[in-house]
Amino acid sequence: MSSSETVVPRTLFEKIWDSHLVVSEPGAPALLYIDLHLVHEVTSPQAFAGLRKRGLSVRRPGRTVATVDHSIPTLQGAQADPLAAAQIAMLEKNAAEFGIRLFGAGSPSQGIVHVIGPELGFTQPGMTIVCGDSHTSTHGAFGALAFGIGTSEVEHVLASQCILQHRPRTAEVRIEGTLQPGVTAKDVILALLAKIGIGGGTGHVFEYTGSTVRAFSMEERMTLCNMSIEGGARAGMIAPDDTTFAYIAGRKHDPGQLDDAVRNWRLLRTDPGAHYDMTISLDVANLPPMVTFGTNPGMGIPVTANIPEPGMAKDAAGRASLEKALAYMGLRPGTPIAGQPVQHAFIGSCTNGRLSDLRMAASILRGRKVAAGVRLLVVPGSQHVKRQAEQEGLDHVFKEAGGEWREPGCSMCIAMNGDDVPAGEYAVSTSNRNFEGRQGKGSRTFLASPLTAAAAAVAGTIVDVRTFV
Amino acid sequence: MNGPARTLAHPSHGFTSVRSIIASLPMENIDTDQIIPARFLKITDKAGLGEHVFEDLRRAPDGSLRADFPLNRSDRAGAAILVAGDNFGCGSSREHAAWALSGAGIRVVVSTSFADIFRGNALKNGILPVVLPAAEVRRLAGLDRTTTAVTVDLKTQEVQWPDGRASFQIDPFARACLLEGVDELGYILAHDDAITAFEQRRKGAAGA
Ligand code: SF4
Repeated sequence: MSSSETVVPRTLFEKIWDSHLVVSEPGAPALLYIDLHLVHEVTSPQAFAGLRKRGLSVRRPGRTVATVDHSIPTLQGAQADPLAAAQIAMLEKNAAEFGIRLFGAGSPSQGIVHVIGPELGFTQPGMTIVCGDSHTSTHGAFGALAFGIGTSEVEHVLASQCILQHRPRTAEVRIEGTLQPGVTAKDVILALLAKIGIGGGTGHVFEYTGSTVRAFSMEERMTLCNMSIEGGARAGMIAPDDTTFAYIAGRKHDPGQLDDAVRNWRLLRTDPGAHYDMTISLDVANLPPMVTFGTNPGMGIPVTANIPEPGMAKDAAGRASLEKALAYMGLRPGTPIAGQPVQHAFIGSCTNGRLSDLRMAASILRGRKVAAGVRLLVVPGSQHVKRQAEQEGLDHVFKEAGGEWREPGCSMCIAMNGDDVPAGEYAVSTSNRNFEGRQGKGSRTFLASPLTAAAAAVAGTIVDVRTFV
Repeated sequence: MNGPARTLAHPSHGFTSVRSIIASLPMENIDTDQIIPARFLKITDKAGLGEHVFEDLRRAPDGSLRADFPLNRSDRAGAAILVAGDNFGCGSSREHAAWALSGAGIRVVVSTSFADIFRGNALKNGILPVVLPAAEVRRLAGLDRTTTAVTVDLKTQEVQWPDGRASFQIDPFARACLLEGVDELGYILAHDDAITAFEQRRKGAAGA
């Protein structure tokens, strides 16, 4: 481009969007090219069936990566229930028939789809990434445009490597401040959700900026981007930097000529003066650990706070939903959240099932015991995470504390594989959703960080982890 | 518009208007885990989800149907229009939520807002998400105890009831797809040349 041309400043999102436009006609959504399509067993069978019915093939099998995670058992040697087994077998059959790389049961690289994409080096800056799974937003941590899609769209992408999309709006989410000890990326995202509500980002793509985000490791950035969808955002993204490049270097499927790649990746940042449709700021310098009390991820409060009174809600609808949530949770308004008993602690999921998360949990559990009456389940996000954790002896820490060390999978995050919370019981969970019944029919979930979850497992109640460190 | 019309029609999904009594679910943030709990996702086809729609809201812990849940009431039998609180369909991307609603005979959901992924999934399954202002949503919800039938007309983009009407906005492409029963994948594949050209262009740039 000649220097005399005026360059319109663009956001990171706009740069990726523009460079993936295949067709853009007025009156119709854009046709967007997809670089990486991740596939799992639950949202794909009907899409492959659709291809078969029309006699179509997968357009770019090399851009398609599949794994099994949602319904796979996490007990070593356990058999999946017949329905789950059929679903897993179906993905194996589909992957073989359509020529797709599958990290299936027994693969040394199997794991939760949003954990293995990055750790194998498939997830790279500047890419468009989709998966039939709303937490695809995780991959935005690398400066990719990554979002969840429905099964019909899975079929579209399989067949065409493209997707019809209306251009979303953009939002800058600026996060500033140095976190206090005991406070993590999970607490930051829970605080953001408490501030904006679960519909606060609808129609938008978040770009996280600010000193806190820059200081985060890739794993912390993934935790942050992972839960963008809980704010209703289409995606969450972070401009890539040296932290990103260092993470990718040497991964099995990194792009090889890394210097060339990095030169291009450095251009993936929002230009000064670029316009966002919305700006949100969050100061986290004095943020305490956060925990949810209700039945959506926006219902979070500091661990030092009391359970809100429905009467304080701003309108009748807000009051009704608070009342309903507290009734479901069996919690008394006005009482401290700290001290609420838990019977289960779950450490894992695509939000907090990576090595750094397990290290955090182990730092609390080392030399301590899980409280009587509490079941602690630690589920690594992938086989790689499991092996690394075992090399560091983290599995011993969990087992000596009285916890269970499991095989990788989604497990108690979605309770499809038999790992669930019985009706009426409480779980402190490092996963991302506390919806009614999410962790099993009638289950009651407190979302929290790995530090807080581990501390709660030891205390037997929700507790301020800062009293442990 | 000329785009969608040049592709195959999808016979099951044509949508012009729906006339039905109202079933109201006056709750905010009904997530897709409420619409269809994860334990029903272990299927490999789309059939059979209708009977489990809102399973855990519909049924008491002992499995019996709750008499007070709107879709269980005999006077709501056959209701094809569901009126719900803000931010309907948030959470998981599961298209199973749309399959379950459609399997239960729901053709229209009215709310003040919808989560993005759900909105797309609904439209692809012949369910029309209608966004109206809160006052109109409340007004329609008030018809839940009546035999009043409401018409949702996609051609005129209007919801009509005996003593009133409200118009709604819908993305023109989605409207055309629903009206004409257009199959989106057919539409995408009609752009095959453009997709190939895009791939060639990129290969040239990257492989320089
Ligand atoms: S860990 Fe939970 S949120 Fe993440 S992909 Fe699995 S089920 Fe979905």
